[in-house]
Amino acid sequence: MHHIYCPYCEETREEEEYSYTGEAHIERPKDPASITDEAWGDYLFFRSNPRGIHHEMWFHAAGCRRYFNATRDTHSYQIHETYKMGELPTITAKTIAADTLAAQQGDAS
Amino acid sequence: MKKYSGFSLFKHSLSHHENWQAAWRSPQPKKQYDVIIVGGGGHGLATAYYLAKVHGITNVAVLEKGYLGGGNTARNTTIVRSNYLWDEASKLYDHSLDLWKDLSQDLNYNVMFSQRGVLNLGHNLQDMRDIERRVNANRLNGIDGVVLNTAEVKEIVPVINDSQDIRYPVLGASWQATGGVARHDAVAWGFARGADSFGVDLIQQCEVTDIVTEEGAIVGVQTTQGFIGANKVACVTAGNSGVMAAMVGLRLPIESRPLQALVSEPVKPIIDTVVMSNAVHAYVSQSDKGDLVIGAGTDSYNGYGQRGSFHVVEHTLSAICELFPMFSRVRMNRAWGGVVDTCPDACPIVSKTSIKGLYFNCGWGTGGFKATPGSGHVFAHTLAHDEAHPLAAPFSLDRFNTGHLIDEHGAAGVAH
Repeated sequence: MHHIYCPYCEETREEEEYSYTGEAHIERPKDPASITDEAWGDYLFFRSNPRGIHHEMWFHAAGCRRYFNATRDTHSYQIHETYKMGELPTITAKTIAADTLAAQQGDAS
Repeated sequence: MKKYSGFSLFKHSLSHHENWQAAWRSPQPKKQYDVIIVGGGGHGLATAYYLAKVHGITNVAVLEKGYLGGGNTARNTTIVRSNYLWDEASKLYDHSLDLWKDLSQDLNYNVMFSQRGVLNLGHNLQDMRDIERRVNANRLNGIDGVVLNTAEVKEIVPVINDSQDIRYPVLGASWQATGGVARHDAVAWGFARGADSFGVDLIQQCEVTDIVTEEGAIVGVQTTQGFIGANKVACVTAGNSGVMAAMVGLRLPIESRPLQALVSEPVKPIIDTVVMSNAVHAYVSQSDKGDLVIGAGTDSYNGYGQRGSFHVVEHTLSAICELFPMFSRVRMNRAWGGVVDTCPDACPIVSKTSIKGLYFNCGWGTGGFKATPGSGHVFAHTLAHDEAHPLAAPFSLDRFNTGHLIDEHGAAGVAH
């Protein structure tokens, strides 16, 4: 059971209040009629589905009923951050890799 | 391979069963193979078996990061049926069901396939209309099926709650008498032993860490046991297909999610068939040991954790207790999760890719077990001829770009 912080309600609530709505930061093509079938199919169906850091949308269905984004590890299930729509994540697979590397170098010195 | 028989059982009993030949070898990987199959589950092993048996391709390795049949093959609820709605899917699953019927003889290994029938319950008028439609479609495709009313369901499963005053009353069901269950471990082991007898190398504890390509064509795989060359690489890695695809920069129309199941303590025989309900997300059968085998739904979000959310199990068990009030005091022994590839249309991908020599067999979602022999059979054809088997052709990756989806959400056991 996840405990998820809603950036709009500013409260941590149980997973059952929310619905998951898939990968975040997928932009709808501006002019669907002018793109190829490949590009449209990629937009509709193809996903990155990583084992690790994943940016994803959640919907606070039983709360404020607003969409927001979360950065979650799909393997450890740790939620690193939640952020409002339109914002960019501050934690990504790259920043975590850099942090891990820095920590290892810190240990070594 | 020494054949198993009643006589061999008797002969080995004289030496206290201590001298049985190992079911398969544990070879060191060779430098180069014609085909490498990544993933030693039921589908991967079946693919290797049919590659060798039907197509005569025996310079094959199956690479498994853990142990054979230790992933979703060991985690499913063992249900076999073919009552899918659309022509493409019903033909593929029925091809599999045909193979199941002779599988024990073919493999010389008892997979304990038991055609005890499968019920899919309807709980409201729309469910019953969908069931009528699906059964009619099945019969047109030569798949047995009948629509039952409440009394007829009660006759098959006397312990079911037939009250019409409950939240989800049983209004009827579809019944596929040729459906049933099989022993999942035996399926993996039988295919493994069969493939090994043709000279296929089954290499366990060997994780593929990268797929190596040169100029858009496969040259081999990097593994925890070093580089292994191959002309063709076939990924049959349910749950981790997206991870494999990412190694060569491909994306798949797949999201990996945990699906849960659980078994009870053993009880006396009480259900001699399989009862499934899509609407309330619960299905149950009874194993030969007496455990009630219960399947729950998938988590709503992506996860590779091989464990699911507690509220999903709670939801399933509340449905089971309403359908079978007498189970309310049965204790559950074990619960677990497996990571399943869910596709947007609830149908698998058995396909070539844009990279020469790279193939994917994935996306079986919540119901791949039933397809194990059929999946291996058609995928072996695709691998051997570099061209899709006629039954597999509709399940190519490009259907997500052409728009020719095969929507089986209604007939898949678990909504996703």
